[in-house]
Amino acid sequence: MHSFWEAFAGSFGLVLALDPDLMEIIVLSMQVTLTAVFLACLIGLPLGAATALYRFPGRTLVSVTLNALMGLPPVVVGLFVYLLLSASGPLGPLRLLYTPTAMIIAQMIIVTPIVAALTRQVAEDLNREYAEQFASLGVGPIDRMVSILWDARYGLLTVALAGFGRAVAEVGAVIIVGGNINHVTRVMTTTIALETSKGNLQLALALGLVLLLIAFTVNACVMALRSTAARSAYA
Amino acid sequence: MREFAFDTAQEPFGQRHPDEPAPQLEARNLSFSAGGLQLLDKVDLKIQPGSRTLIVGPNGAGKSLLLRLLHGLLKPSAGEVRWQGNALDANGKRAQAMVFQRPVLLRRSVFANLKFALSVRGTRGTARQQKIERALASAGLGHLANRPARVLSGGEQQRLAVVRALACDPELLFLDEPTANLDPASTAAIEDLILEANGRGVTIVLVTHDQGQARRLGEELVFLQDGQVAEAGPARQVLDTPQSEPARAWHEGRIYLGPNTQPLRARQERAS
Ligand SMILES: Nc1ncnc2c1ncn2[C@@H]1O[C@H](COP(=O)(O)OP(=O)(O)O)[C@@H](O)[C@H]1O
Ligand SMILES: [Mg+2]
Repeated sequence: MHSFWEAFAGSFGLVLALDPDLMEIIVLSMQVTLTAVFLACLIGLPLGAATALYRFPGRTLVSVTLNALMGLPPVVVGLFVYLLLSASGPLGPLRLLYTPTAMIIAQMIIVTPIVAALTRQVAEDLNREYAEQFASLGVGPIDRMVSILWDARYGLLTVALAGFGRAVAEVGAVIIVGGNINHVTRVMTTTIALETSKGNLQLALALGLVLLLIAFTVNACVMALRSTAARSAYA
Repeated sequence: MREFAFDTAQEPFGQRHPDEPAPQLEARNLSFSAGGLQLLDKVDLKIQPGSRTLIVGPNGAGKSLLLRLLHGLLKPSAGEVRWQGNALDANGKRAQAMVFQRPVLLRRSVFANLKFALSVRGTRGTARQQKIERALASAGLGHLANRPARVLSGGEQQRLAVVRALACDPELLFLDEPTANLDPASTAAIEDLILEANGRGVTIVLVTHDQGQARRLGEELVFLQDGQVAEAGPARQVLDTPQSEPARAWHEGRIYLGPNTQPLRARQERAS
């Protein structure tokens, strides 16, 4: 039985030694999460901006749905994606269950509403300021969205980082659809859950440290961005 | 029949005096109400091409509102705005530009702010580059071209807003208290830009509550009080020998508390 301090020292050792098993898990985690966040932004940014800038039928419904989905428990998303991808499910023939792609899909579904809802807020605020000037200049609908998204770029990077933080820390959904298969779908959070239950605190703690480091780095990036933006009065 | 139809199309009967040019911009019976308040009440206005019209009046008189209606940013609740003899449409709006009370600058560089406005108006390539350089030079902002627009001083921001509007080659320029928060030097720079544009034939419609500015820039003057035109005419005449009580009070620097300053709701009830 490891003592607390032994586990701690051992975990540092693993991180510093760039242990190959550890590295494999970290790299897969980053691949899955970055892909999921990228896709979520691809959908969420224009969707959020559209709900802020355009009046179209069902606009309120979209807003309400986005807000509701933001609070959706990840395990429910996991269950939903599982049913979708399972052998008898509508997307069963694609044989995606227990692959990194399945985890990307689950994380994307979790993050997209967050990105969209936060984008809507940011775009609404900026639009309040720009709307009359844009109307005066005769800016068309597409240009309006592109300009607002571009001028909100610093705020939106923070939005993307918030989505990243949520996705990288997520465990419930990816364990259901990924299955935590060694060398295939094992990511940081699922490994922590498994290794802790197995009593391998050293690896669990090492991954915990890495997650902490990532969270710290992301927050430092957000703060650096904020101050850069403020200095140029771009925020 | 045919010739007659042709004739009428060219010269409508009984529309205007032969000597009087068609107004470039016209407000007919223009009214705007919101939340049960009559904020603008039956405003009639004619603006000739190349003229300088000043709209003055106390805070809350409806000056900004009137500009928004004239520029087509708001729909009137009654009456209409006519541009060169027709209802104001998208093309009419594109022939106008507006500088807002607080300059709305994009979160981009000075250069990119100008580039954006010109791109929206379909100007590209070297033509755009030349216009940007000319605009920067006339605003004296050449050395600040790559600076974020929103870190400029108030005067610089307002100069940028004015030259950005002018870069779109408007036939008519609206300005809403463009010098309200500026020092005398910055005010003079803005007024020079306005007069220079007017010299090139750009019609000016400017809101101010600065008497000095009204004297320096005004040809025509419209005095607005509580959403109604209290007095209108040549600027000198209205400024030196005001006929209406609100304009006279303004001229003498008194605070006017006359019949037009009763609560708007009460006036509206009386009217209906
Ligand atoms: N779009 C609007 N909807 C409702 N009320 C408005 C609107 N715009 C202005 N108002 C009101 O109309 C009045 C005149 O406003 P404004 O035109 O800004 O006055 P000013 O002469 O100082 O520019 C104010 O009481 C203002 O609150
Ligand atoms: Mg105003």
